[in-house]
Amino acid sequence: MEHTSPLERILRGIALTAVVVFFMFPILWIVLMSLQTNETILRSPPSMVFEPTLSNYQAIISGQLTGNTATLEIKFMGNLLNSIILSVGSVALALLLGVPAAYAFARHKFRGSEDIAFTLLSFRFAPPLLVLLPLTIIFQQIGLADTYIGLIWVYQLICLPLILWIVRGYFEDISPDVEHAYRIAGHSWFATFRHIALPLARPGIAAAGLLAFIFAWNNFIFALVLASADKQPVTVGALAFITASGIQYGQIAAAIVLSIAPTLALALYAQRYLVEGLSLGAVKG
Amino acid sequence: MGGLTITNLTKRFKDTVVLDDLSLEIEEGQTLVLFGPSGAGKTVLLRCIAGAVEPEVGTIQIGGTDMTDVPPEQRGVGMAFQNFALFPHMSAFDNIASPLTAKRATRDTINDGVQAVARLLKIDHVLGHAPKELSNGQKQRTALARALAAQPKLLLLDDPLRNVDAKLRFEMRLELPRLLAEQGATVVYVTQDYKEAMALGDKIAVLVDGKITQVGTPEQVYLRPADLRIAEQFGDPTINLLDVTPEQDDLGMHIRLSEKRVPLPPGYDGTQGQSCVIGIRPEAIRFTEGPNSIEVTIEAETPFNEKTITLCTTFNGREILISRPAGTDAPDEGKARIDIDATNAVLFDRSTGLRIAPQDTATSRSAAA
Repeated sequence: MEHTSPLERILRGIALTAVVVFFMFPILWIVLMSLQTNETILRSPPSMVFEPTLSNYQAIISGQLTGNTATLEIKFMGNLLNSIILSVGSVALALLLGVPAAYAFARHKFRGSEDIAFTLLSFRFAPPLLVLLPLTIIFQQIGLADTYIGLIWVYQLICLPLILWIVRGYFEDISPDVEHAYRIAGHSWFATFRHIALPLARPGIAAAGLLAFIFAWNNFIFALVLASADKQPVTVGALAFITASGIQYGQIAAAIVLSIAPTLALALYAQRYLVEGLSLGAVKG
Repeated sequence: MGGLTITNLTKRFKDTVVLDDLSLEIEEGQTLVLFGPSGAGKTVLLRCIAGAVEPEVGTIQIGGTDMTDVPPEQRGVGMAFQNFALFPHMSAFDNIASPLTAKRATRDTINDGVQAVARLLKIDHVLGHAPKELSNGQKQRTALARALAAQPKLLLLDDPLRNVDAKLRFEMRLELPRLLAEQGATVVYVTQDYKEAMALGDKIAVLVDGKITQVGTPEQVYLRPADLRIAEQFGDPTINLLDVTPEQDDLGMHIRLSEKRVPLPPGYDGTQGQSCVIGIRPEAIRFTEGPNSIEVTIEAETPFNEKTITLCTTFNGREILISRPAGTDAPDEGKARIDIDATNAVLFDRSTGLRIAPQDTATSRSAAA
């Protein structure tokens, strides 16, 4: 055991608290904001004492935004659903395509394998605007514009390289001997992939899936151009909050809380997979 | 016929030739020890046999069937890896059971099979543990149990004792021959430890730089090593290798060490005047006060429990190791005299390093007649 003096422990505690406060405070603040009316948010000086109200959430969920002068119809829940469909759909597709591809790149060095892998990665370097205009025209011609399938397809530019490269590294870290051992024991290569490679790379797959989900969720530009109102995710839908009649901070806060909730929940759920398995040591180094 | 036949096997990695036109044959039920320095290609050869590595040229027959292009899962071999290669996310039980589940055996058959082999290897009490909870010895036994579980006809063991402590290695060295004999399988056992090779092998194949330089029984390899490198690697302390030039006189072939005549065993008539290296085991040299003895200076002495190793130099500056049983009396410093028994000495050609086989006196006589 490492010996730590009481002073060191106290300092470490203070440092940890500072880090936690720094990162958690915005989230806490936005949650508090979402429970206040616009008047209490804007009063000066700001106060932690207020009467909580769920009116913002009510407005968001019912789709009726009441501003100072007018009532605005906004389909925020529809946007949220779109975000979920698009993000889940594109991550699922990217995992389905990317994980076997990553395995192939990790285990089989074939002619041009490095080039193909690098080309896929280079999708991440290119500015999206570069491909957006031709993509829009092509999508309109083949009827993929403003469809979930079309968007999920384009989102592969975001998700697929990410998953491919992260998961590939995890597959490469698995000792080939472990897989050889399973095959020599009499299992087919596909059984080996399913029962050895996949479970052992699970932390990596979870991490890559989570990252891809967050990137997909946060995407703005593809959805802005390629999706019409009824396919818009929250990132695009949030534009509607900036209206001529003023900015509704409380409602924006409630919308933000609702839109970060899925990613936050997913991150909290997936983190045990991120840590688990990293310490599995059956192969002596 | 059963066993294993390897013909003209060649394996390259990029430009490096790892296995060079290698041929090898093992009879059914025999244990062949593949011995060689690291990097000689032992593990690659084993993987070729198992199907984990594909050779460029050559064929591999297992039990009389050509298996060169057969995928590993259909070759019916068992293999234990040097790094154990246990499945980290499975319990020891599931690890050992994996060859049985592949055969779609019933739950009872699997359970019986695993329990039996686990009892044999004394790991039945840790079957529920994950590999990371096992000690090194238990990991090694689990890996071995997994290789044995499906009772394969051909068992490949890649230096299984390399990563375990000395005590366990010694125990397993005693246990393994019985265990392997019980299995009745053909065994290829890779090791870098000559003692393991001597203890376990029906035959030893010495692999150097992708080539088999000698195949023989442990006695043959020890007493008649095919070349200098093999001679150096078998034996502890290492064999004394001295540059000599055999000469002939009225009494027959002999060499001169420190101006003293040491007779050669018969059969070396053709080596007169040839530049040679003689290999003399440290056990074949003893301290003496006899008339024809050689004077040496004792440089250092290393006592072990069972023997004492002494390093001496002759007045020409040649170093000689002498091994004698512990407890025997001998000088331990200063000048001493030694006597060399060259009956079992081996002679090598200095330029090629190859052993010069003594001519069979009977054959040479009939050839002359």
